[in-house]
Amino acid sequence: MLFVEGMPLLYLELAVGQRMRQGSIGAWRTVSPYLSGVGVASMVVSFFLTVYYNVINTWAFWYLFQSFQDPLPWSVCPLNGNHTGYDEECEKASSTQYFWYRKTLNISPSIQDNGGVQWELALCLILAWLVVYLCILRGTESTGKVVYFTALLPYCVLIVYLVRGLTLHGATNGLMYMFTPKVKQLADPKAWINAATQIFFSLGLGFGSLIAFASYNELSSNCQKHAIIVALINSSTSIFASIVTFSIYGFKATFNYEDCLNKVILLLTNYFDLEEGSLTASNLEEVKGHLASTYPSKYSEVFPQIRNCSLESELGTAVQGSGLSFIVYTEAIKNMEVSQLWSVLYFFMLLMLGIGSMLGNTAAILTPLTDSRVISSHLPKEVISGLVCLINCAIGLVFTTEAGSYWFDIFNDYAATLSLLLIVLVETVSVSYVYGLRRFESDLKAMTGQAVNWYWKAMWAIVSPLLIISLFIFYLSDYVLKGTLQYQAWDATQGQLVTRDYPVYALAIIGLLVATSIMCIPLVALGVFIMRCLKRGGTALVG
Amino acid sequence: MLWLLLFVVTAIHAELCQPDAENAFKVRLSIKTALGDNAYAWDSNEEYLFKAMVAFSMRKVPNREATEISHVLLCNVTQRVSFWFVVTDPLKNHTLPAVEVQSAIRMNRNRINNAFSLNDRTLEFLKIPSTLASPMDPSAPIWIIVFGVVFCIIAAAITVLVLSGIRQHRREDNELPEVDGTEEKCENVITSESSIPCHRLHMNGGGINGVFVTKDEWLTPL
Repeated sequence: MLFVEGMPLLYLELAVGQRMRQGSIGAWRTVSPYLSGVGVASMVVSFFLTVYYNVINTWAFWYLFQSFQDPLPWSVCPLNGNHTGYDEECEKASSTQYFWYRKTLNISPSIQDNGGVQWELALCLILAWLVVYLCILRGTESTGKVVYFTALLPYCVLIVYLVRGLTLHGATNGLMYMFTPKVKQLADPKAWINAATQIFFSLGLGFGSLIAFASYNELSSNCQKHAIIVALINSSTSIFASIVTFSIYGFKATFNYEDCLNKVILLLTNYFDLEEGSLTASNLEEVKGHLASTYPSKYSEVFPQIRNCSLESELGTAVQGSGLSFIVYTEAIKNMEVSQLWSVLYFFMLLMLGIGSMLGNTAAILTPLTDSRVISSHLPKEVISGLVCLINCAIGLVFTTEAGSYWFDIFNDYAATLSLLLIVLVETVSVSYVYGLRRFESDLKAMTGQAVNWYWKAMWAIVSPLLIISLFIFYLSDYVLKGTLQYQAWDATQGQLVTRDYPVYALAIIGLLVATSIMCIPLVALGVFIMRCLKRGGTALVG
Repeated sequence: MLWLLLFVVTAIHAELCQPDAENAFKVRLSIKTALGDNAYAWDSNEEYLFKAMVAFSMRKVPNREATEISHVLLCNVTQRVSFWFVVTDPLKNHTLPAVEVQSAIRMNRNRINNAFSLNDRTLEFLKIPSTLASPMDPSAPIWIIVFGVVFCIIAAAITVLVLSGIRQHRREDNELPEVDGTEEKCENVITSESSIPCHRLHMNGGGINGVFVTKDEWLTPL
């Protein structure tokens, strides 16, 4: 996927930005005036992204501030009213899930119950936007210096975590799980679809941020080399990070498995009043058989409570989405020694990564705005950045309400996926066929002094568009076949997630999200066409 | 006759203390879990200590100050180390109500735990819930303090950057009219040292000094 899709498209975007030396709107206007809609669509998608992405930084800030306590607040359940036991919801779920769903999000049972704005999250959101404003205040030149820090620090933390992770008990289980190829899953096309989508977002294609950054490059810089290096570093970082992730995951799975076994042992020891220590993990099965035969009636009473503990099932419990970083990781961290230190390190790294992404996205919005002479002549750069941050912050307050997490999931799943595929498809096709592959090739040769390899040309003209079209068809058919869309809601009474259907207005907003960005392309093309017709009509009248 | 009396007494004792009897409580100890290698064996001496602790707890209840160790009956001791106990009244013909025993044990739970070097989880009185220690509540939540510090730092940095940006803008705006002013001045003034008017010196942005004789003219052409 990386070589067929990621690298060629990355090279394409960098080259376009470097050649046109403008943000996404201006760049595509230069390629063809009918295509400035692509730039607008990129900007709209980036805008949606900035609105919801900073909420992740908000959560990371919240957890970071909460990590300075002993014991960590998500490691113990709070007590109930009369101090005789633990809070009911916390008992049914786990303490980390309780902290995430109740203390952080204060989540409502469904997307319809809006609830009020959580002031703690709102404060963290304002802080997150202030940090972003601080970094983009002086423009992309200063952002470049900040990114040195936000990009390198996560590597240091990852290395520290790698050392710690590999020395954890049970880490090898996770690593073995990661490296054993699951042939059944490889044959499932859905896995390849997810891989393709992941490459898109990981490299940041189609957002306009790459074009924006590349426009600040010198004209003669070797963007082919840059594209290859960036793509390779990106993928190796992903593999490196997944080694760390899976070793910690293996630790968590092993810990839970042993915890489950200990619970079963305790249950049987107490029920049958066996001697302490006589039941161990190794002889559990034979003792169970022995008890079943000697005390059949008593055994059948206790049997429903005995859970079948299996390491495989623990490893297989995959948690999706935002839950992964905030539930699974905190659960693993709370069991390590000196957990405050690890927690602070982890959330600081998450913050750095999140802010780095935000900088790229806000640059994608700001560069076209500051490039346009209309706006930048009236307002200085600082004021434009400030206005953008303020508007995004105000809209982002929606995500801090009690139902905010559900809206976040909507944006996360639907704001970017389809639109990006279409944008990148139009980009590739327009550069290959509308602008002309030969013209582009000669431009690049004039810029960098190097000829373009036949591999890139083949990819741009044929393979990548076909791949993206097939992805697009798959996604559409998937949406159509599924019927109504569903989401996971947290049920406080049961202490677990349940599936619900989206209400009609939520479906309407999803449709609006996708339509707004996609419709930009044809609408702007139509607008330019009409204006040209009017101009031609005007000149015909005059002449 | 004496044998018969003894028999009757033990029979009554046996009836009073039985698993699931009225006012009987089950106790479970997990000594090996708590102490590991330092675990002590559970024998009759430990049982004596347990009876003493229960009697001690009951003596603290008003109206029950006369409770003796012999009033506490243990039965059904298992390998797990779990057993049942009841507290009888001085006449030894009925057991004390469960509510009294429960409240007495709850109030002295800490002392009983410490006598055996165990805690609430390793010395369990089933059916007697333990009062869990409430977590420390600091006067100001710590996270707000950290938040305040970070917020102030970021706000200060933004203010500094914005102000320096405004100052730079003003300096740029002021420099442009100043440059025009010096050029106007130079038109009328002749420099004192070389008596050459300014405007000639400003030719080509000061790159070439037109007054200087070029190298070629030093040597007369052959």
